[in-house]
Amino acid sequence: MTEPKVKDNDVVVPGEELASGMGYLPGQGTYRDGDKIRANRLGLVHIDGRAIKLVPLAGRYLPKSGDVIIGKVRDVTYSGWIIDTNSAYRAMLSLKDATNAYIRKGADLTKFYSFGDYVVVKIFNVTSQNLIDLSMKGPGLRKLEQGRVITVDPSKVPRIIGKEGSMVSMIKTQTNCRITVGQNGVIWISGEPKNEIMAEGVIRKIEREAHVPGLTDKIKKELEKTNKGEQ
Amino acid sequence: MSNNHIASHVEKTLDKGMRYDNRKLLDFRKITLETGVSVNAEGSARVTIGDTEVLAGVKLDLGTPYPDIPDQGVMMVGAELLPMSNPKFEPGPPSIHAIELARVVDRGIRESGTIDTKKLCVKEGEKVWMMLLDLIPINDAGNLMDAFGLAALAALNDTTFPKFDSETEKVDYKEKTDKKLELSKLPIPVTVYKIGKNVIVDPLTDEEEAMDARLTVSSTEDGKLCALQKGGDITLSVEDIKKMIEIGIDKGKELRKVFESAK
Repeated sequence: MTEPKVKDNDVVVPGEELASGMGYLPGQGTYRDGDKIRANRLGLVHIDGRAIKLVPLAGRYLPKSGDVIIGKVRDVTYSGWIIDTNSAYRAMLSLKDATNAYIRKGADLTKFYSFGDYVVVKIFNVTSQNLIDLSMKGPGLRKLEQGRVITVDPSKVPRIIGKEGSMVSMIKTQTNCRITVGQNGVIWISGEPKNEIMAEGVIRKIEREAHVPGLTDKIKKELEKTNKGEQ
Repeated sequence: MSNNHIASHVEKTLDKGMRYDNRKLLDFRKITLETGVSVNAEGSARVTIGDTEVLAGVKLDLGTPYPDIPDQGVMMVGAELLPMSNPKFEPGPPSIHAIELARVVDRGIRESGTIDTKKLCVKEGEKVWMMLLDLIPINDAGNLMDAFGLAALAALNDTTFPKFDSETEKVDYKEKTDKKLELSKLPIPVTVYKIGKNVIVDPLTDEEEAMDARLTVSSTEDGKLCALQKGGDITLSVEDIKKMIEIGIDKGKELRKVFESAK
């Protein structure tokens, strides 16, 4: 088995050769080109045994089954709603997946979700053509009210959420805001105006410094400092 | 597509005297201005207001004057809203929004009389300079109007005439003369927004969407009005308009300082 051309945590650009020969397997964010493995995104290399995968540094959201996202109602049709998911593909929330309530034939669907409403939805299916089926049935899936909606780089979402939600729950308690983070990089924040500004500031900082080690402690210190300054 | 919850949240925040980015109601974001950004234009400028970024370019060409004003040059302002700058902008013929932006900027410059169009005349009835001012957004994060207004003025101020050969009657764009376009006044538009009972300037995208009414106030350095433009669905009272004009003139002075310091 030949050595790969790159080391762990190297930054690679699309098209860059990562390894040659059949000794390695192309993982997420890579593809096989003849007997070579190449990167198809800008990202950091992770070599896990024989598999080479990439953790993207930037990029658009690619819909994945099981993701909870925040979408915006773009259109209302006879049988459901078309949702903007901050990705390139069309998403559909059909009537039967939206509510358990009985909806009469010909009812005005804008009474449930109207144009421009933000909704927390779950992706339950992505077809081979990348068409997205959404569902509203599950814990925490709802229409969003009273809050601000911001958009961040979707590849930074895991850092904003933290290990098992540690980062986001820390921001929630320290800033006293209600926060919902969608996997598609759309974030909803609701609280007192000055707390919202603080929460957004911290999220932007995480987005900027996602690669810095020990970020959780750094953010925690900063939040505690601002909180003390106010009292 | 407006969103009632998003809009009412913006209003609630403003009611507490705060903005989404921790500014005061009548504060502008950080403004930067740089001129001479394009080699091919006779005059150009780049303006950023916060995350909003726009370019303005002036092109000079020779053409025949309009029959009713044979001794005057021609000024045209055009805005093209690039889809890359805002997902809401679509490619194709100019939208109402684009036409409004271009016309309000045009009106401010034209009606202030800052450019003496008679000086743009080369040969009466036959040849005059046609001035094309193009406005392009690079990123729209709110308040395109004021950014365009400032960029337009800076680009005009940066404009140098190319060499005109009177024998061949052709313009040599590669050779620039030291003749500058003269501006006798400095008209600057400031758009004042009304959201609920609050009056703000320099809105973010969310605030723009939550707007009830807006008034663009274009004024010169001596405090004279040269253009007004009202937008939005809600009516404005006489007191509202008086207050908004006052703010517009006042903030215009602030923007003029940015312009002067970059000169």
